[in-house]
Order: sequence, then structure tokens, then C-alpha cells
Amino acid sequence: MSNRKIRVLVAKPGLDGHDRGAKVIARALRDAGMEVIYTGLRQTPEMIAAAALQEDVDAVGVSILSGAHNTLCPRIVQLLREKGMDNCLVLVGGIVPQEDLPKLKEQGIAEVFLPGTSTEDIVKFLQANVKPRD
Amino acid sequence: MPELKESSSPAEIEQERWEQQTLKPALEKHPERKKAFKTVSLDDVERLYTPADVADLDFARDISFPGEFPYTRGIHPTGYRGKLWTMRQFAGFSTPEETNARFKYLMRQGQTGLSVAYDLPTLMGYDADSPLSEGEVGKCGVAVSSLADMEVLFDGIPLEQVTVSQTINAPASVLLAMYLVVAEKQGARWDKISGTLQNDILKEYIAQKEWIYPIKPAMKLVIDTFGFCTEHVPRYNPISVSGYHIREAGATAAQELAFTLRDGIEYVAWGVEAGLDVDRFVPRMSFFFNAHNDFFEEIAKYRAARRIWAREMKNRFGSNYERTLQLRFHTQTAGVSLTVQQPLNNIVRVAIQALAGVLGGTQSLHTDAYDEALALPTDRAALIALRTQQIIAEETGVVNTIDPLGGSYYLESLTEKMEQEALEYFRKIDAMGGMVAAIEKGFPQREIQDSAYHYQKAVERGDQVIVGVNKYTMTDEPSEVPILVIDESVRTHQLERLEQTRTRRDTGAVANALEKLRLAAQKNENTMPATIDAVRVYATLEEICSALREIYGIYEEPAF
Repeated sequence: MSNRKIRVLVAKPGLDGHDRGAKVIARALRDAGMEVIYTGLRQTPEMIAAAALQEDVDAVGVSILSGAHNTLCPRIVQLLREKGMDNCLVLVGGIVPQEDLPKLKEQGIAEVFLPGTSTEDIVKFLQANVKPRD
Repeated sequence: MPELKESSSPAEIEQERWEQQTLKPALEKHPERKKAFKTVSLDDVERLYTPADVADLDFARDISFPGEFPYTRGIHPTGYRGKLWTMRQFAGFSTPEETNARFKYLMRQGQTGLSVAYDLPTLMGYDADSPLSEGEVGKCGVAVSSLADMEVLFDGIPLEQVTVSQTINAPASVLLAMYLVVAEKQGARWDKISGTLQNDILKEYIAQKEWIYPIKPAMKLVIDTFGFCTEHVPRYNPISVSGYHIREAGATAAQELAFTLRDGIEYVAWGVEAGLDVDRFVPRMSFFFNAHNDFFEEIAKYRAARRIWAREMKNRFGSNYERTLQLRFHTQTAGVSLTVQQPLNNIVRVAIQALAGVLGGTQSLHTDAYDEALALPTDRAALIALRTQQIIAEETGVVNTIDPLGGSYYLESLTEKMEQEALEYFRKIDAMGGMVAAIEKGFPQREIQDSAYHYQKAVERGDQVIVGVNKYTMTDEPSEVPILVIDESVRTHQLERLEQTRTRRDTGAVANALEKLRLAAQKNENTMPATIDAVRVYATLEEICSALREIYGIYEEPAF
């Protein structure tokens, strides 16, 4: 087991500015001992993937409440894979209708956390699913 | 024998006796359910409130009568016996045609005012065909890129008779210009139309985060609308100073109150600095508060808001004009309190929150639809939300007497506490040099983030209960509710109209109008006349905002 801390990029894609969730998650992950980078607002999928590569993160947490998830989230996964980040998990948190969940998972989203999720559950998910590396 | 301070009042002595004789034996037999009882803002609530808690209040000075200074009990001498609040449901989705149809539907159902929700590209000053708009057109509100969309949005809605509220901030002056030109085309006189522009840019930097320009030029645009409306659209409210989004971002009730009113003071100060007369523009400033779960805390907040505003307008700006001193506000139930889990429970939450708004004396009210934690509301969900207000107004009897909870030891004590907490924040912000300076330092933003985090932790510990989320949860929930889906065909539809508009308009006139706007911005003139002229020749929202971006630049957020 490696001693490397889990590194997470918390990202806000699209035009929406509601960043309460993103910031609460960022702080909760930091308190759980992870290294967290927050992208700031209004990032394109390209900017998010570039930041993920540059920061060499284990996971990208995408906060999205605007309804644009079907357009933006699969694009982020695709760009990460193109950059060779095959093990980088993409998690989504926000307002996502139930019927969109299977399709997002098929397109490579590791998990979607809906409103009401405990930050502890997200921490546990990351600890269980991030692949250890040297 | 219990020790009594020499200064103890008869009320305190009596309370001490009750605690010893009656309470203590009861607690020994049956301890209370938990050690501390807290509001949703995580403030302690005492076991009991008595005359001792309101001993420092003076009825004439602090509570008084409705319609009289300091307006704690309301601004109207007849409360809701004269006129009910305006039932104003916020609506907007998809194309202007679809939203126009929803408006007409809501009005047929007895809604008394309109409120427009714009989509994210519109809120950010981008047209539907901008690459940045991809995936967002018509999703969170209605898509408006030019006057052509606005004409469809208000087709068949007489703007001289219906009051319309527009939730738009960074590009607010442009949407106001579009609204005025549509009204003019309908034959409505600007001095007859009424309505409200949200236009509260400070809370964007603090909480909602939909900004375009740096703070100071953005403030200048707001003051331009104040000056213009005072002269030409005197019955229009050019701002709705909003605590709603501050609260949704995680603020406590006291922070919502403090930051909103301090924002209001900042706008007044900037208006005065620009040479406007306080008693001409402040009477047209309106406010917008959240109605969250903690019933009494919310009612106290509204009552404290009126009292603080009246006192501040008098003390800071020397006004004695009653319409300057009277704080008028809109209320919306707390979207953030609605749950995805067991969503029909949201109907109950909304009803109780709305009741707090009414008991706090709101001038207008939006009740959230129960499906708003899932998507934009369906027709059915929007109708139940409106009916909730009608039931409160027509069936509960709470409208029959003014400020029915006034005089409650708890409520009066809480109102006073809220006022003191807000004044403490005012002192801090004043010491920083005002709200613009405080925002540049990241002060209100940090305070709100801290509160949001503490609240989340309290929920996760189970100290704050959310029914269906951390207590009374169900693994197999009953049937799902139908939700409204906005697909990408909206974008195609909007792109077609935008293309037609660009083809049909006089391109030379557009270029000229945009150049005049740049000049007005450069010379620090009022930008409203040039904005209206640009809108009239069908310059698009993005073209107008880009012209201003060239002059003003864009805002960069302080690092997190």
C-alpha cells in the first residue's frame, strides 16, 4: 500500500456559479487527509482534463446542478482517457435525474452522488476505489 | 435558598422560583431529549422565554405600530386586511414560446404577478450560439439572446397592467432595456409600468457567482439603472437586494440579514455619491429574502430587517421620508431545503416556510415546487406550489390580524438578537471600508463557506435532522415523480431565431449603436440610453456585453 495521499480535482464545469457543494466537498476531502485542488468556476471540459493531467490526480469530482451533465460529464471522461489517464475516477455530484444515471455510468462516470449524500460516503468511496500507485 | 442578584427584576425572581420549584424536579424525573436545542442556523434556543427576555425593549421605540417607525410590525397600517401579498411564481425554461405559455397558464390559475427565470447563457451575457452556451440553452431558465426573444416572451401579456420581476444581474441593464423596448412596442408608457429587476451584483460576488465585469464598473451599471429609472420609469424597482442566494450558499439567518442589508446600504451610498437624491431612489429599492426551515428564526429575521433598514436610513442617510424608511421585500421558500428523497414531503416544507414569510409580512412570495431538487418544475408541481399560497391566504386565517406573533417573548427576543448580530457585522464591514472592500477581501464569502461546512457536519452527525435524508429514510421509496426534461431541440430553435435576427437587422446601425455604448462607458456617462438604442436595432445580448467587457474587463475571483 502506497503512502501517497489521494489527490482529487474538484471541478465546476459550465456556466453555473452555485459552488456551495463543490466547496463543502473540497473541505471535507481535505479534512479526510486528501490533497484537493479546486478549479474555480466556469471551466470547460478541456480545461478540467488539462488540470487533472497537470495535477496528476487520482479522481475528478465534478459538481453540476445546471442540467448540462449529459453534455459535459462524458466529455470530461473522454478527454481524460485520450490523455492516457485510464485510472482517473470521474465522480459527479449534483442534480441529476434518476433516468440519466445508467447512461452516465455507461459513459465511464464512476459514481453519481445525489443531493443528501454524506461527505463521509464520498470519502469512503474514494478510499475504496482509487487504485494505489507508487 | 437560591442566590438572587440585587438587580433582579420581579420577572427574574419569578422565573428563578419556577426553575427551582417546578422545573428542577421535572428535569430530575425526565431529562430533556438532548443537551442543546438549536435553530437551523445552529444558534442556541432557550428552554423558555419570559418577560425578562424582553425587558430591555421599549414598545414605542422598538415594536410600535404597523405603518409607523421602525416598522417592526409591517409597513402597511392594514397588513393583509387591505391587500394580500403578490403571488409571484418564478418561471422560465426552454424557449420564449414555452415560457410565455407557462406565464399565461399561471395567470389563468390566479397568479397575480410574473417572475422570469433566465437560462445560464443569458445570466452570463452569452448568446445561444456561443460555444460556452453548449448544453445550457433553456435549461435553468428561458433563453433570451436579443429583443426578438423578448418580444415572444411577453407576447399577449400587457406590461402596463402586469408587474414583472426579472432575475438577472450582471447583464441586468440590457434585459431592462429589452423590457422597456417591448413595453414601448406594446404602446405601454414607461411612467405607467411597474416591476422589478434583480440587478443585485454584490450578492453575485458574495454568493451566486454569476458575474461578468469587475465590481466597481458593475456597481456603476447598477447606479446607471437607478438614475435612469428615477427619471423615466418612476414606478419600476430597479433593484431587488437579495439575501436569498446568500442563504442558499450556506449563510445563517443572521448572516443573510446582515450581508443583504449591508449590501443595500452600499447601493444607497454609491447612489448618493453619484449625486442621486436618497428620497427619490431609495423608495424604489426592494429586497428579497429566503424562507428557510426554522419557523421563528425566519419571522424574526423579516421583522428585524424592517427595523434595521428604517433605523439605518434615518441614521446614516438622514432620511425622514417614510417610503425611504420602509423596507419592502419578496420571499422565496428555500430551494436548498428540498430533498430528492421522498420528494412529496417538500410540499409540506414549502407550506411551512411560506407561512413564515406571510407571518413576517412579505410583500410578495414564490413557493417552490416539490420537484425542484430534481429538475425544473412540471405544470402540476408549479400549480400545487401556487395553491399552497392560496390556501394560506384564503383558509388559515393568519391574514386576519396584523403581525399576529408580535409580542411573543420568544419572537421579540429573537428579533432583537437578529438585529444585534446584523449590527455587529455592519461594524466589521464598515471598518473594512464598506461592502465592496469586504468582498474584495473575501470576507462575506468566507463567513458563508464556514457556515455551510458547519451545517453539513451537523447534518452528518445527526444534530440537524432532515426527514428522509438522515432520519426516517426509506430504501424502497414509493413511485418516482414525473420531471420536466429540456432537450437540445431548444438550442436549435433558438439558433434559428438568432440567425434570422442577424440576417434581417441593419448591421451598420448595430455597429454604430455598439460604438456609442463603448463611448458612453468610456466617458463614464449613464449607459442606459445607449443600451436601449443598441437593443432597439437588435444588437444581441452578447454583443452588448462584449462591448462593455472591452471597456470594463472581467472579474477574477479571489483564490479559494
